[in-house]
Amino acid sequence: MSAERRLKAERIRHLLETERDAIRENTTHMNRQRYDAIERFERYEASREAARAIKEDAIERLPELIDRVRESVEANGGTVYVAEDAADANRYITEVTAEKGAETLVKSKSMTSEELEVNEALETAGVDVYETDLGEFVIQVAGEAPSHLVGPSLHKSTAAIAELFNAHFEPDEPLETAEELTNFARDYLLEYIVEADVGMTGANFVLADSGTVVLVTNEGNARKSAVTPDTHVAVAGVEKILPSIDDLAPFTELIGRAATGQEFPQYLTMLSPPVDSPPLDFESDVPLSEAEGDRDFHLVLVDNGRMEMREDPQLRETLYCIRCGACANTCANFQHVGGHAFGGETYTGGIATGWEAGVHGLDSAAEFNDLCTGCSRCVNACPVKIDIPWINTVVRDRINRGEDAELDWLVEGLTPDAEPGGMDLGKRFFGNFGTVARLGSATAPLSNWVANAGPARALAERVLGIDRRRDLPRFERQTLRAWFDARGGAAVPAGDADREAVLYADPYTDHVQVDRGKAAVRVLEALGVHVRIPEVPESGRAPLSQGMVATAGERASEVYRSLVEHVDAGRDVVVIEPSDLAMFRQEYEKFLPEASFERLGEASYEVMEYVYGLLGEGADAGELADGRGEAVAYHSHCQQRTLGLDAYTEAVLDDLGFDVVTSSVECCGMAGSFGYKSEYYELSMDVGGDLQSEFAAHPDREIVASGTSCIEQLDALFDDGTRHPVELLDPGR
Amino acid sequence: MTAQPRTEFEASLQRQGSSWTRTTTEGFADAVADAVVEPAVATDLSEWGLDFGDAPVTVDPTPAELLEATTGVAGVTTGIASYGTLAIPSDAKGTEPVSLYPERHVAVVRESDVVADVQAGLDRVAEEFDAEPGSVVFATGASSTGDMGALVSGVHGPKQVHVVVVEDR
Ligand code: SF4
Repeated sequence: MSAERRLKAERIRHLLETERDAIRENTTHMNRQRYDAIERFERYEASREAARAIKEDAIERLPELIDRVRESVEANGGTVYVAEDAADANRYITEVTAEKGAETLVKSKSMTSEELEVNEALETAGVDVYETDLGEFVIQVAGEAPSHLVGPSLHKSTAAIAELFNAHFEPDEPLETAEELTNFARDYLLEYIVEADVGMTGANFVLADSGTVVLVTNEGNARKSAVTPDTHVAVAGVEKILPSIDDLAPFTELIGRAATGQEFPQYLTMLSPPVDSPPLDFESDVPLSEAEGDRDFHLVLVDNGRMEMREDPQLRETLYCIRCGACANTCANFQHVGGHAFGGETYTGGIATGWEAGVHGLDSAAEFNDLCTGCSRCVNACPVKIDIPWINTVVRDRINRGEDAELDWLVEGLTPDAEPGGMDLGKRFFGNFGTVARLGSATAPLSNWVANAGPARALAERVLGIDRRRDLPRFERQTLRAWFDARGGAAVPAGDADREAVLYADPYTDHVQVDRGKAAVRVLEALGVHVRIPEVPESGRAPLSQGMVATAGERASEVYRSLVEHVDAGRDVVVIEPSDLAMFRQEYEKFLPEASFERLGEASYEVMEYVYGLLGEGADAGELADGRGEAVAYHSHCQQRTLGLDAYTEAVLDDLGFDVVTSSVECCGMAGSFGYKSEYYELSMDVGGDLQSEFAAHPDREIVASGTSCIEQLDALFDDGTRHPVELLDPGR
Repeated sequence: MTAQPRTEFEASLQRQGSSWTRTTTEGFADAVADAVVEPAVATDLSEWGLDFGDAPVTVDPTPAELLEATTGVAGVTTGIASYGTLAIPSDAKGTEPVSLYPERHVAVVRESDVVADVQAGLDRVAEEFDAEPGSVVFATGASSTGDMGALVSGVHGPKQVHVVVVEDR
């Protein structure tokens, strides 16, 4: 293993040991709440659409809205400063505190202020800063960085916080429970809040027409920080601006649900400062209504790369993010390592790649970008419908292009791609899996022996980063297409068929998991379908997952060219591998002209979805194998679930008399090539452990799975081989 | 709290763990006396024609009295039925701090100010903002945090919320 890979592996191992349990428990809890809250929220999709449209419009009109905010805030009696970058913002803020002669500043949670590292700037200027959000407070006391957008101390258990507080504050009675810790922190912070000279908050939204800062909180600390001292500084990225209060409603109903599963935030604070509320001078004996004192308000709008992100068609979407953290919670890798691995200088979770690339640069994004496996489970979780995996892919592509060329010649022959020299060789290898598979089958079984032999494994690990502990795919000598030709092609002639289908022989089905391909052919034929298996290139999924966007785009065009005549002839395209179907139905939108994308997407089906449709149209289920109550445990594939296709498999198996239980974990942990990579092997197995414990509870059930990588992972986790569900239906089984 | 919710607003209050009493202008002082835990402070509500009478509350407290209080009684300008949300204005008489600092918040709402949903609540604020942008907190239930590893109520804001619904206002 290379030194870099080893370091990464060690770091991940360390986090698995120290932070995983707390993160897993917290994210699992938040996910459960979120799923419930969203299920009960009928307007979820409509609200997402509305929120998305509002953000698109606001970012489009951003320069004009910034001017409008300035006018409104100034009309209210406040000041607006647009800061070019972090240094500029910090300079302005420290000037304000100096002018006030401020000694202490109380702060409510703000990720943008973390991005600025304003605390350090203030401390240097001689101002004591107190974080009043309890999660931030814990982090401040511990001297750590936030591990989550919403729950900065998510990686710490109650016991760990108690240990920290007891050591740091030495209370008379040691603190133990969450309630004791909360009360202690509240009382401790209250003293600083009542004395503070300046209150600093972030802003979840800024309303341009009225100059209103909107804050979403649960603890009440933002309210206290904003209205207790007479000076309020709010810090917000420019992207937080919405045109007016009329645009706010969908966000108020989405943000709490997406973040923590709350139907509505505890406190939705809308301040058009300076506020009328009396400043609180706890030494004065004048009643509140007669309190004197002028309030002062400064809104610091931070650019720090955002206006450039706005000009960048790929990163622009990042600016729609409302930082709810749902993309982190829903991510299997995040659930196991948390934001201290899955995050950059400031931001954490799936969307952090976009934020880090935009505000801190590619190097920060490169630190963790590979932890996104493109499983797409976050796509439906995002309240503003950001295509988070796509942003991760694009940034990966840019990172690839930034690396130095060196051992290129080693994979050159295997990599007929459109990528630059110098990108990570392992990535290039996995990105060209179609070619690898073709060579593998052509030289099987020799290729299998060689590939699994010690020296070759060592070389593969060193050069390509393929972990030695993984079994490699075993290439079959006879490919699916060769078998099909050898048996004389289609068994159901076109003339006798109700439908004609093209079975898409992806490289895995064609070269490795040939049995599932054979089963699919027999099942379709049993239902009266005329089947063809033309030669069609790899879908582009493999290169895309390595961030090889140009290569994926080329594949998309090639695939379209080879399938379009079949689509024109009225043939259906049947796909076994869910990640390839997801390409056809989702990612190809980025690569093909709209009409082509729609044409192919509409003609394509996942194999079990197709069987479900055939049975629904009256095909005779009696021609398929009867389940006879056979007990199976089914794990569907991440992308299949994002597309809502898992239900078809369950329904078909159920109809045919199988007794099915399904897994509930987000991901098997393998995620294409991810689990092969030596730096991620342990994480991949750790994530797989969740699926393992779910299915270990059903030792008598045969395990079936739809995705290639899920099958490989399950094969590593359980002794008995894992099959594709279509194999259960095979009349020839 | 044993009362059965009679309206959607009350059902929402019950769901979030808040309590409530219904009263009239006439019964207001007694309802407040029943609802507070002393020491209690309040903001003046005479503009709504509500008089604290003999209720044990310090109306228009000093900041020090506010800090000592266990209960803060203050009027909210809107109630939102769907979530049991209360609109706390940030006004010169101190409705915001009186609702925020004490452990128990007794919120007074005129029943005619209860609207159906968030959109209706925001529309009301929007109308005010058209005249002059102001400040308001939509508060839903007690303050809470999960940051110490388990959900705890009562952080920087109140631990308990009790709503006094004035039927004839
Ligand atoms: S990308 Fe979407 S899901 Fe992720 S934090 Fe932003 S708004 Fe939430």
